[in-house]
Amino acid sequence: MSPRERISHAIRSAASQGEPALVAYLTAGYPRREKFREHLRALAAGADVIEIGVPFTDPMADGVTIQRASLAALAQGVSLKWILAELTALHDIEAPLLLMSYLNPLLAFGVGRLAQAAADAGVAGFIVPDLPLDESQELRVALDEKQIALVQMVTPVTEPQRLKQLCAGSQGFVYAVTMTGTTGKSVAVPDEVINYLDNVRANAPVPVCAGFGIRSREQVERLRGHVDGVVIGSALVEVLERGEDPARWLHGLRRS
Amino acid sequence: MSTPVASPDAARLLADLIAGRFPDERGRFGPFGGRYVPETLIPALERLERGVRAHLHASDFQADFARQLTTWVGRPTALTFAERLSQRWGAKLWLKREDLAHTGAHKINNAIGQALLARRLGAKRIVAETGAGQHGVASAAACARLGLPCTVYMGAIDMERQAPNVGRMRLLGAEVVPVTSGDRTLRAAIDEALRDWVADPTDTYYLLGSAVGPHPYPYLVRELQAVIGREARAQMLAATGALPDVLIACVGGGSNSMGAFHAFIGDAAVRIIGIEAGGRGAGLGDNAATVAHGRPGVLHGTYSMLLQNEDGQIQETHSVSAGLDYPGVGPEHALLAAIGRVSYQTASDDEALECVRSLSENEGILPALESAHALAGARRYAQAHPGCSILVCLSGRGDKDMPTLQQTLLNPEHR
Repeated sequence: MSPRERISHAIRSAASQGEPALVAYLTAGYPRREKFREHLRALAAGADVIEIGVPFTDPMADGVTIQRASLAALAQGVSLKWILAELTALHDIEAPLLLMSYLNPLLAFGVGRLAQAAADAGVAGFIVPDLPLDESQELRVALDEKQIALVQMVTPVTEPQRLKQLCAGSQGFVYAVTMTGTTGKSVAVPDEVINYLDNVRANAPVPVCAGFGIRSREQVERLRGHVDGVVIGSALVEVLERGEDPARWLHGLRRS
Repeated sequence: MSTPVASPDAARLLADLIAGRFPDERGRFGPFGGRYVPETLIPALERLERGVRAHLHASDFQADFARQLTTWVGRPTALTFAERLSQRWGAKLWLKREDLAHTGAHKINNAIGQALLARRLGAKRIVAETGAGQHGVASAAACARLGLPCTVYMGAIDMERQAPNVGRMRLLGAEVVPVTSGDRTLRAAIDEALRDWVADPTDTYYLLGSAVGPHPYPYLVRELQAVIGREARAQMLAATGALPDVLIACVGGGSNSMGAFHAFIGDAAVRIIGIEAGGRGAGLGDNAATVAHGRPGVLHGTYSMLLQNEDGQIQETHSVSAGLDYPGVGPEHALLAAIGRVSYQTASDDEALECVRSLSENEGILPALESAHALAGARRYAQAHPGCSILVCLSGRGDKDMPTLQQTLLNPEHR
């Protein structure tokens, strides 16, 4: 199975149990850099896919929680280079790993050598929130060589024609943003959003995961049947900040 | 995502630039520019791009814009011959007086232009960022003039050093939101304004104040500011019968300079110099001289030169002047630097402060700290080229800088 197929497969097989797959986010090296591996293992015990945030000084799509986490991680010297080295040394995590990074750290690392380094580290995909499909050619071609996924985001304000293109161009899964705004604010899930998610799913050849503002079991239940997975971000960062067990917290999102 | 231009391409890129082929359909100035934003903003930017195409050069919009510039902004602004300073510096120094524009700086040209556009596009509210506070004041004034609600994001550090402008914005009816995240200056204010816009991309119009950001902003801002260079070029010809030997402007994000340079790009005999903030020195974090010390990268939606570390993290900057204190620069400047059409140099905090004093004492004009950087460049050029004629874009006036000037030039303990 190629890396990008591993992502789709992990989400589909979890969803086939009747519950949305859980895509769990953490900012690499936060709260504590030396506990990165431990946190990854703890997340892997409760999640189907893991999204690792590469910290950036100017995370314009993120709310206060992930901003705070990013700056604290940077202050501890976390970098893409360090993250890839950590992952290369780690072999016991079965859940597919994605890197969530703003574009500039990837450019600074060098798009030319990124795919090889990511493949060596067992990275199955990338989410780059400030890289629209229209600008993604160079990175896409580079990642294609290693069959690594480049996940596209769609939003409730995406025009129908563009939504089709984004769904067709997304690899691994389609990241369906549930609201306009930045990450982290809890939202109720209105009917329009359910209709929008159904529409995304009808257009997507790969699984669809909803994200931005998802932090409760009620929200997950409301989304069941309309998505293949949910992305849990800021809420999990806060769980780690409080020193709680993330796997246990993730289990709480599922029907017991 | 290419690297800067190889020199054989420079002539072709300059020809394309002069022929008006930039930005291209992808919003690029050669390799620079583009649109690197979260997907949520794509529809808003596409709507803005369509709006710019439909209205910006339409005769009724241009008539509205021209009327506001003449009857409200106070254009054309004067061209002043700096007699005493010319004598002292041994060159002929001309000042394009954007400090005389309403609200005290060139920023008003762009603010009223975009506010007119926003109203045509049906925007319900305006958000803006501000560094020195000049763009915030200009936006607040333009919104008051057109009856649009306005929210301005401003870094907490800038609110302190530009306190007079915070009060002005509030009097003009704007809500001023202090930004305490990130570096608490212009860059963090842009991050916050973008987050606000991401939350409501349909009804909110983002009135960006410099020639930076995702396409079509660098183009839109340049077009609205190009009035500076058009006027100055005609005024120089009328006053002297010739173009200046050199044109000098300060460069932060690069809107007064882009506006001043645009009309002169095709005048091969006119040298053009952009002056960046040299701050305390060449070290990382000691300046805001992006072209001088930066590398290409993506920040705030555009691919341009950036002050960043080897991991691609954006550097904190320093300048005595809040308006130049920004780690990026407009993509068209990145192209002009790469092809060598504009020479980018730096002036230090101290050089700028000296020029605030020189212009005040010799010409009766208190310049903004930003504009004083351009004067420092002019003084240096005059020393190297005695007798030449120099046109400086005096982008704004210095009243807003009084808190900083009290602590520096007016402080007996300072140096």
